[in-house]
Amino acid sequence: MSEQPLIYARGLVKRFGEFTAVDGIDLEVAPGEAFGFLGPNGAGKSSTMRMISCVSLPTAGELRILGMDPSRDGTTIRGRLGVCPQLDNLDPDLSVRENLTTYARYFGIPRAVARRRAEELLDFVQLADRAGSKVEPLSGGMKRRLTIARAMVNDPDIVLLDEPTTGLDPQARHLLWERLFQLKRRGTTLVLTTHYMDEAEQLCDRLVVMDGGRIVAQGSPRSLIETYSTPEVVELRFGDERPADVLGKLDGVGERVDPLPDRLLVYAADGDAATAEVHRRGLTPSSVLVRRSTLEDVFLHLTGRTLVD
Amino acid sequence: MMTTMIVTRVSPARVGAVIGRNLGALRSGPSYWVVLVSGFFEPLFYLLSIGVGVGALVGELRVGGRSLPYATFVAPAMLAVAAMSGALAETTYNFFGKMKYQKTFDAILATPVRPFEIALGELSWAMIRGSLYTGMFVIVMVVLGLASPLWALAAFPATMLVGLAFGSIGMAISTLMRGWQDFDLMATGQFALFLFSGTFAPVGDYPAAMQVIIQVTPLYHAVELVRGLAIGDPSWGLLAHAAYLLAMVLGGLLFAARRLERVLCV
Amino acid sequence: MAPLTTQVTARSTLAVLERNLTLYRRLWRASVFSSFVLPVLFLVGIGLGVGSHVGAIAGVDYVSWIVPGVLASTAFQLAVGESTYFVLSDFRWVRAYHAMRATPVQPADMVCGWLLYVLFRAEIAVVVFLAVTALFGALRSPWALVTPLVCGLVTLAAAAPTMAFSASIDHDSYFALLFRFVLIPSTLFTGVFFPVEQLPVVVRPLAYLSPLWHGVELERAATLGTTPPWPVAAHLGYLLVFTGAGVAWAVHAFRKRLQD
Repeated sequence: MSEQPLIYARGLVKRFGEFTAVDGIDLEVAPGEAFGFLGPNGAGKSSTMRMISCVSLPTAGELRILGMDPSRDGTTIRGRLGVCPQLDNLDPDLSVRENLTTYARYFGIPRAVARRRAEELLDFVQLADRAGSKVEPLSGGMKRRLTIARAMVNDPDIVLLDEPTTGLDPQARHLLWERLFQLKRRGTTLVLTTHYMDEAEQLCDRLVVMDGGRIVAQGSPRSLIETYSTPEVVELRFGDERPADVLGKLDGVGERVDPLPDRLLVYAADGDAATAEVHRRGLTPSSVLVRRSTLEDVFLHLTGRTLVD
Repeated sequence: MMTTMIVTRVSPARVGAVIGRNLGALRSGPSYWVVLVSGFFEPLFYLLSIGVGVGALVGELRVGGRSLPYATFVAPAMLAVAAMSGALAETTYNFFGKMKYQKTFDAILATPVRPFEIALGELSWAMIRGSLYTGMFVIVMVVLGLASPLWALAAFPATMLVGLAFGSIGMAISTLMRGWQDFDLMATGQFALFLFSGTFAPVGDYPAAMQVIIQVTPLYHAVELVRGLAIGDPSWGLLAHAAYLLAMVLGGLLFAARRLERVLCV
Repeated sequence: MAPLTTQVTARSTLAVLERNLTLYRRLWRASVFSSFVLPVLFLVGIGLGVGSHVGAIAGVDYVSWIVPGVLASTAFQLAVGESTYFVLSDFRWVRAYHAMRATPVQPADMVCGWLLYVLFRAEIAVVVFLAVTALFGALRSPWALVTPLVCGLVTLAAAAPTMAFSASIDHDSYFALLFRFVLIPSTLFTGVFFPVEQLPVVVRPLAYLSPLWHGVELERAATLGTTPPWPVAAHLGYLLVFTGAGVAWAVHAFRKRLQD
C-alpha cells in the first residue's frame, strides 16, 4: 500500500485548441519523494502541474492523484494538496496572518486550529515578526515564503511548487531552498517545476526533463549527468573568431564539442587534459573555464538549446 | 515673477504634442472611444428622467419673475454638468493615472516639454472632450425645444469656460491625490454639487445657511451662468459668475503647474 | 454521497463569505459614501428639493412616494457597484479566485459567498436608510417591515448577473458602459422618481425588464400600504427567476474563467 504512487500518469495529454501543451507523458511520484520538472518556458511544465493540482482536466490519458480520479474527485484531491502557484495570489489587503487563516477556512479547518497552524507556519517560513503587517510591502522572497506557508496550511500529502524561485534575488532563493530542504527532510512529498538546473540539482531526488510537451529524459540529477554528459566541461571563448569557425580544428578533442553563439563547450572526462590538447593544436582561446558538468549540459545535449535564454 | 517665467517658456508646438499623445491613445482601442462618447448620455438621462419625467409632475416653475417649464429649467444645469464631468473625467482619473501609474508624464518630461506645457496640453484635451459632450447636448436641447437656437449658441462658449474652470481645478486636485481611494471622496463631492447647485431646484428653496454654502461652490456659478444665457435671460450678474470661473482657471492652472514641477521634476 | 457534497459546499461558501467579511472589516470606510450617504443625498436633493414643487402624487407627498423607490435603488446600486471592480480584480490582479480554485472551494461557492456578502452589505444600508426615512414620516404602513426582504431579493437579482459580467470581461473600462447604460438608466427610469406610466409606450417594457422596477413597485406598495400594479406573486416570481438565471450565468462565467 505504501508503494502506491501518489501521482500516476499514463499518456497524459493537454491540448488548447490546436496547440498541444503536454504531449503524452508518463510519470509516477512516490511518497516522500522530491520530484522535479525541468525545462524551458513553454515546455509544458505548468500545464502538467495544473492537471496534477486538479484545476485543469487532461484532454486525454490517465491521471490518478492519491489514487483518485481528478475528473470525479477533484474537490477531495484538492483538499489534500498544497499549491504554490507561479504567480503569487495572496490577498494584498489582508494581513500576513489573515492570509493563512482565511485560506485554511477554504479547507474547512476550524478557526482555532487555523490560528495555531498559522503561527507554526509563520515560524517555519521565518515571517513570525511580520504576522500583523499587510502583504503589499513584503519583498518578493517574503511573499513567496508566505505562499509556501499557505500551501502547507492543510497539512497536505503533496506540495506542488510551480517555479518557486523565479524572479527572486540570489539571497532570497537560498533562504527558500533551505526551507524547502527542511520540508523534504520532514518527509513531505514535493513536486516542483523549474528552469534553473541548480535548483533541480539541489532539491530533486528525481526529475524529468521536458521539452515541447514531451519528457526527453528522466532520472536522478546525478544519473542524468552521467548518462547524457561527461564529468567535466571546458568552456572556450575566442576573441574575434566565431566559435563555428574554430570548430573544425577541435576534431577529436574530448568526447564531443558543442558550439554556442558566444563560446564552445568541450565535453571531456578530464578537462585539464582537453585544455592541454587545445593549446597543443596551436589554438589560443581568450578565456578557458574548466567546470563540472551540470543539468544545463544535459539539457543542451538533449534539445540542442540552452535552458535559460 | 514665477508666473511670467512659467508662461513665457510655453511652446505651442510642445503643447500640441501633448494633445497629440492623447489623440494617439484614443486610437489605441475601441473601448476608450466608446467610454468617452458614452459620457454624454449621463446628463441626458438625468434630463429626460428628472427634467422631463419628474417635470411632468412639477409643471411650471417660477424663476426670477418668469415662469418656466421644469425641463427648461433643468436642461441648462445638465449642460453645465456635462461640461464639468467631461473636463473632470479627463483631468482627474485619466490625468492621475498618467501621472502616477502609467508614468506617461515622466516619459514626456524626459523631452523638452515642460510641466506647464503638459498642464496646458491636458487641459486642452479635456476641453476637446468636454466640448464634444456640450456640443451634442446643446443640439439635443434645441431639438427638444428646451432652448432657442440663438441662446443655445450663446451658452456654448459659457460651457467652455465651465470646462476650463473644472479642468484646471481637476488637475490641481490630481496633483494632491494620494491614491485611488481619494477619488471616492472626490466623487462624493462631485455628486453633492450635482444635486444641490441649483440644478434640480432653485437655490432659493433651500434654508438660508445652505444657500450660502451653495453660493460658494463652483458648480452653482457654472449653472447660473449657463442657465442665464440658455433661457435668454442675460444680466450683469452673469459677469460675476464668469469672473468666479475665470479665477478657477487661473488659480487651478498655476497651482497644478507648480505642483507638477515639484512632484515630477525632482 | 449527495448530502456530503451539499455539506462541503455550504462550508466552503461560508469560508468565502468569511474572507469577504474579513476584507470588509479593513476596507469599510471606503464604502461609507455609496452605502449610506448617497441614498440620503438622493432623498434630500430630489425628494425635498424637487418635491417642494410637486403636489401630491397617488395621494401622498412626493417624499413619501420616492422613499420606497430610493430604498430599492439603494440595494440595486450597491449590488451592482460591489459586484464590478472587486470581482474583476479578484480574477485579474488579486487572483483570489485562482487561489480558491486550488482548494476544495468550487465556483458555485465563490459566487454564493460573494452574493451573501453583498446581501449583508445591502441589508445594512437598507436598514440604515429605512431608519432615516422613518424620521421623515415617509413610512405609512406596517408592511414597511418587509421592505428589507424585498431589497434582499433585488440585491441578489442585480448582483448575480453583474458578477457574471465582471467575470467575463478583461478590462475595467467596460464598467463605465455598464454604469451609464444599465445602472443609471435603471435608477432613473424604473419608477423611482416618476411613475413608469409616463414613459412612452415603446420604452416601458424596458422598465418592466429591470428587476429594479419590480422591487420599486413592491416596496412602494409596502411602505404606502397600497396594491402593486402586478400581482405580488408576479413581481416576486420575476425577481426570483431573474436571480436564478443570474446565479446560473455567474457560476458558468466563473467556471469558464477559472478553467485552464
